[in-house]
Amino acid sequence: MNTCTAQRAPHSASNFAPSVEANAFGMNDRIKRLRKETFDAEPSLSIERALIETRFYKENYGKYPIPILRAKNFYEICRQKTIYIGKDELIVGERGPKPKCVPTFPELTCHSVEDLHVLNTRELQRYTISQEDIDTYEREVIPYWKGRTQRERIFGHVPQEWKEAYEVGMFTEFMEQRAPGHTALDGKVYRFGLLDLKERIQKELDDLDFMNDPEATDKQEELTAMAISCDAAILFAERHADLADEMALTEKDPKRVEELRKIAEVCRWVPAHAPRDYWEAIQMYWFVHLGTITELNGWDAMNPGHFDQHLAPFYEKGIAEGTLTRDQAKELMSCFFIKVNNHTAPPKVGITAKESGTYNDFTNLNIGGVKADGSDGVSEVSYIMLETIEELHILQPGSAIHISARTPERFLRAGCKVIRQGHGYPSVFNPDVYIQELMRQGKSLHDAREGGCSGCIEVGAFGKEAYVLTGYLNVPKILEVTLNNGWDPVSGRKVGLETGDPRGFATYEELYAAFLKQVQYFVDMKVRVSNYIDRMFAKYAPATFLSLFIDDCIAKGRDYYNCGPRYNTTYIQCTGLGTITDSLATLKKHVFEEKRWSMDELLQAMANNFEGAEAMRQMILNRTPFFGNDDEYADNIAVKVFNDLYDAIEGKPNTKGECFHLNMLSTTCHVYFGKVMGATPNGRLAGRAISDGTSPSHGADTHGPSAVIKSLGKLDQVKSGGTLLNQRFLPSLLKREEDISKLASLIRSYFALGGHHIQFNIVDTETLYAAQKCPEDYRDLLVRVAGYSDYFNDMNADLQADVIMRTEQESF
Amino acid sequence: MLIFDIKRYAINDGPGIRITIFMKGCPLSCVWCHNPEGVSSRKQKLYTKKKCIGCQTCVKVCPQQALTLTTEGIVTDSSKCNLCGTCAAECPALAMEISGTEYSTEALMKEIEKETLFMDRSEGGVTFCGGEPLLHPEPLLELLRKCGELRIHRAVDTTLFAKPEIVREVMENCELFLVDLKQMDSAKHKQYCGVPNELILSNLRMIAEQGQDFYLRIPLIEGVNADEENIRQSAEFLASLPWKHRTVNLLPYHDIGKGKHEKLGTIYNPKQYPFSAPSEENLQHCREIFAQYGIVTTVGG
Repeated sequence: MNTCTAQRAPHSASNFAPSVEANAFGMNDRIKRLRKETFDAEPSLSIERALIETRFYKENYGKYPIPILRAKNFYEICRQKTIYIGKDELIVGERGPKPKCVPTFPELTCHSVEDLHVLNTRELQRYTISQEDIDTYEREVIPYWKGRTQRERIFGHVPQEWKEAYEVGMFTEFMEQRAPGHTALDGKVYRFGLLDLKERIQKELDDLDFMNDPEATDKQEELTAMAISCDAAILFAERHADLADEMALTEKDPKRVEELRKIAEVCRWVPAHAPRDYWEAIQMYWFVHLGTITELNGWDAMNPGHFDQHLAPFYEKGIAEGTLTRDQAKELMSCFFIKVNNHTAPPKVGITAKESGTYNDFTNLNIGGVKADGSDGVSEVSYIMLETIEELHILQPGSAIHISARTPERFLRAGCKVIRQGHGYPSVFNPDVYIQELMRQGKSLHDAREGGCSGCIEVGAFGKEAYVLTGYLNVPKILEVTLNNGWDPVSGRKVGLETGDPRGFATYEELYAAFLKQVQYFVDMKVRVSNYIDRMFAKYAPATFLSLFIDDCIAKGRDYYNCGPRYNTTYIQCTGLGTITDSLATLKKHVFEEKRWSMDELLQAMANNFEGAEAMRQMILNRTPFFGNDDEYADNIAVKVFNDLYDAIEGKPNTKGECFHLNMLSTTCHVYFGKVMGATPNGRLAGRAISDGTSPSHGADTHGPSAVIKSLGKLDQVKSGGTLLNQRFLPSLLKREEDISKLASLIRSYFALGGHHIQFNIVDTETLYAAQKCPEDYRDLLVRVAGYSDYFNDMNADLQADVIMRTEQESF
Repeated sequence: MLIFDIKRYAINDGPGIRITIFMKGCPLSCVWCHNPEGVSSRKQKLYTKKKCIGCQTCVKVCPQQALTLTTEGIVTDSSKCNLCGTCAAECPALAMEISGTEYSTEALMKEIEKETLFMDRSEGGVTFCGGEPLLHPEPLLELLRKCGELRIHRAVDTTLFAKPEIVREVMENCELFLVDLKQMDSAKHKQYCGVPNELILSNLRMIAEQGQDFYLRIPLIEGVNADEENIRQSAEFLASLPWKHRTVNLLPYHDIGKGKHEKLGTIYNPKQYPFSAPSEENLQHCREIFAQYGIVTTVGG
C-alpha cells in the first residue's frame, strides 16, 4: 500500500514560492502541454541511426576517404531518419524519432545485447527498448562493429600501466565512449546560411595549391566533406518543411494549419540561409545543434553560448517592426528549452561503469556577461530567459548568469530571485576572470570576450576553439597510493611509483615531494594516452558538420579534431581539492608537527576504516584546520596543491601544437572516485564521496559562506580553465528581499576576489529526506550537483546521500 | 573579555552582511533566553551528549578527577571542576566544550577585519551582541573606536540596562543600536527578566531624543507580553518617542534555546511559566494595534 502523503515537507513551501503563478507572463496552454510531454516522456533507445549507419558502412567503407565517408554517412542519416513534428511544436527537430528517444553511435562504442537488456530493465536511468529492436541490433549492428569501434581502437593500444590505473579509478577517460565535444558556438551561426558556407568552401577548394601545398589533398577531402554536410542539414530541414506542409493538409484547426505553414516556411529558409527574424534564428540554431549531436556523440551535447546576445538584435528588430511580441518571444524561447530537454544523454556501454549516474547532458546557456566589445551583454532577452527558467523548471538546458563588474545590479538580483526558487539554476559565472583565463591561454581579447563557459564550468572561445576535456584525475587517490608506496590498497595492485614507505619520512616535505612525484607520473601517463586518442578521432571520426561552425576549420581546410580550430586546448580536470588539502593538513599537523600519532598508527587506522579508532577520527574531523574556513594553515596547503597541479599539467604538449591546461571540476565523478578509495587521512570513511570541484569537503566548512569564499579566493583561479564552488543555502537564508541583496553582495565579493564560478542549492534536508521516502511527490525536485542540476529522484542513492551530506548553512 | 561566539555572514543583526561578536555576561535573565550561555560572565562548560562517543578521554585527562562516565553520559562533579578546560581541549568529538574564550581586542579586530570585503560590498559591518555588551564598557568602547578608525559600520545589540552615561558613550561610538522592548509593566519585567524596566525605558527615550538610530524588536511571547494591554502600552510608548524609523520587528517566540540548557546542565524555564508562540491570529492583531499608532511592523528576522 502506498503510505506516502501528498504533502511536501514544511520547508518546501518556501522552496517553491508561488512566483510562477505571480508572474505576469506565465506559461500559456501550449507550453504547459509541451512541458508535460517532455516531463512525462520516458527515455528510450532508437536503433534507427545505427541501422542506417551500419548499412552505409557495410556498403561504402573503403570507397571514400574518411572525411567524405563520415559526411556521406551523416547525409544518409539526415535523408532517412524519421522526422518528428509534435502536436504543439513551433521549433522542430529531434535527434531520435520522438522526444527523449536516443540513438546509438556504434562507430564510437557498440552496446552489447546484455547492455541493452540492462538499460531496458534497470531501476534508475532506464532506457526502454523493445525485444524486437534488441534482436535486430544483435543481427544487423553488433556483428559489423566488432573490432571496428573507436573504443576498441583505443583500448587495443593503451599500455598496461594505463589500464591498471584506469581500472583502479586513478582517472577517467572521456573519449573512451564519446567523442570530444563540449563546445559552444558564437554569433556567426546567425550571420551565414549553409549556402553561404558552401560558397566559402568552394572558394577554398578553388584556391587549393596542389603544386606547393603537401596538404592540398587532405584539405580537398575535408572541404568536400564539409560541403556534403551542408547539403545534409539543408535536406534534413527541408524534410521537416515537407512534413509540416503535409500535416497542414489534414489538420482541422485553422490556427494550427497556419502554424504548420509557418514552420514549413521557416524550415525552407534556415539553415540554408541566414535567419531573418527571431523565430528563424532559434530554429537555425536548433538545426545546427541537432546536426552536431547527430553526426557524432560529443561530450556533452552542444551549446549556443551567449544565446541572449545572439537573439537580442532579432528580438529588438521584431519588436520595433511590430512583427514580434514579448509573449511570442517567450513562447518560442520556451519551445526551444523544451527541445533541449527532450535530448537525453546517450547511455554508456558496460553498464557496470559507475562514473555516471544521470540522464543529463550539458547545454549550459550563458546569460548576460559582456559582449565582444566589452560592453554589457544583458538585454530584454536575458530577462525572458530568466523567466523561462523559472516557469518551466525543467532539467535542461542548464543556465548560468554571467556577472561582470559592469553587469547591472538589477539583473544580478533578478538572477538571485530565480536561484531562490531552488530549481538549482542558474549558476553564476565571472566573465572578468574567465576572460583573463582565456587570454592567459593565448586567446585574443575579442575572442576571449566572445567565449564563456559551456558544459559545467570550463572556459572556451566560443565558435573558435576545440577545448577537449580528457577526464578527471583522482588527486586524493594519488595520495592514497603515495601513502602505500605505489600500491593501491583497495585493489591490492601496484599502480604507482615506489616513492618509499611513508613511515620512513622524517618530514612533511618528504611526504609532499613523494606525492608530487606520483602526480607527475599519473599526469604524464594520462597525457600520452590522451594524445593517442586525439589522433584516433582526427583520423577515424572527423566531425565535418561541427567543423563548419568553428573558425578557422574552413579557412584551414582542417577538421575540428585535426587542428582546424583557431585554438586547440586540452584539459585535465582535477578533483577533490578539499579532500586532498584536509588530508595533507591532518598529516602535517598531527603526524609531523604535533606527533599526536605516528604515521603507522594513522595508516593502520585508515586501513581499518577507522574502526576502533573513532576518537582519532573525531579528533581529526574536529581539531584539524580544514579548507573552506578562511584558515591560513589549510588554505596555504590548498594553494600549494593547486599551484603544483598547475605546474604538473600546464604546458604538456597536445597533438595540435598547443598544450594541456589545468581544470578544477568533478561533475558527479567525486562520488565514483570516493567509491574506489579507502579511508583518507582527513577522517573520510572508505567509499564515501570525495569533495567536489574546488568546494570544501562535506561538512568541513563550519564558518559560513563568507569564510568559504575567502578560502577559495586565495587560489589564483586565472591559472585554471575553471573552478567550481557549490554552496548550499537553506531557503530561510533567502526569505526577505534584503536577503537577495545580501546574496548578490556575497557573489560580487567572491568575484572581486577572482572567483570563477559559484552555485547555490536552495534546499533543506527535511525536503530531501521526504523526497527519498516519497519520490512520486517530488518529481519536480531539482537538485544541483556539482556542475549541473538533476532531478533528485533520478539520482542514485549515493548521489542523494551526497547532496544531503553537504554542509548546511545553518540559520545565521 | 570572554566571547562565546563569532558569526560570519550574519544577515539578521543589522544592515548588510555583518560579523556578530557575542560577549558573555548579561544583567538580565529572561526566562525564554535563546543564548543562556551568554548570561553568566564566567566560563561555563557545555556538554552535548549526542556528540559524545564515550571514549573517556576527558575522564583520563581531568586534573581534578571531576568527571565520570555514567549511563547518562559524562557527569561533572561541579564541586571539583575548576573550569580549567583540559577536557574540552582534549575531547575529540567536541562533546565537551567551554563556552567563553578570552579574546584581546587585537585578536577580535583580526577576526572582524576578515569580513571587511563583504561589509564593504553590502553596506554591512560589525554587531556587538551578547549577553550584554554594555556590561564590558572598556573593551567594548576600545573595539568600537578601532572599528570607527577603520570606517566599519558599528551596531550594538543591547538591553539598555546600563548606566545612562555608559549608554551615552557607546552611542557616540556606534552608528546603530539594536534594542528589545520586552514588557511595559515593570513588575512583570522583573518577574520574567530578572530586573525592572524603568532604566531600560528611560535609556530608550534618551537615545531617541538624542537622535540615535536604532532598530526596535519585540520578542512576542504568548503568556508574557503578547496580550492586548502590553502591546497597546508598548505601541503608545514607542509612538511617543521622537523616532524616524517607527518600525517594530516582531519576533514570534520559538523554543530553540531549550537545547542549550541541556548542554549547560541548566533547566529551561525552571519556574514553569506557561508561555508559548503567539497564534497567527494574535500576531495579526498585535500588528493591527501597532498600525493604529502609526507604527510599521515586520515579522521574523
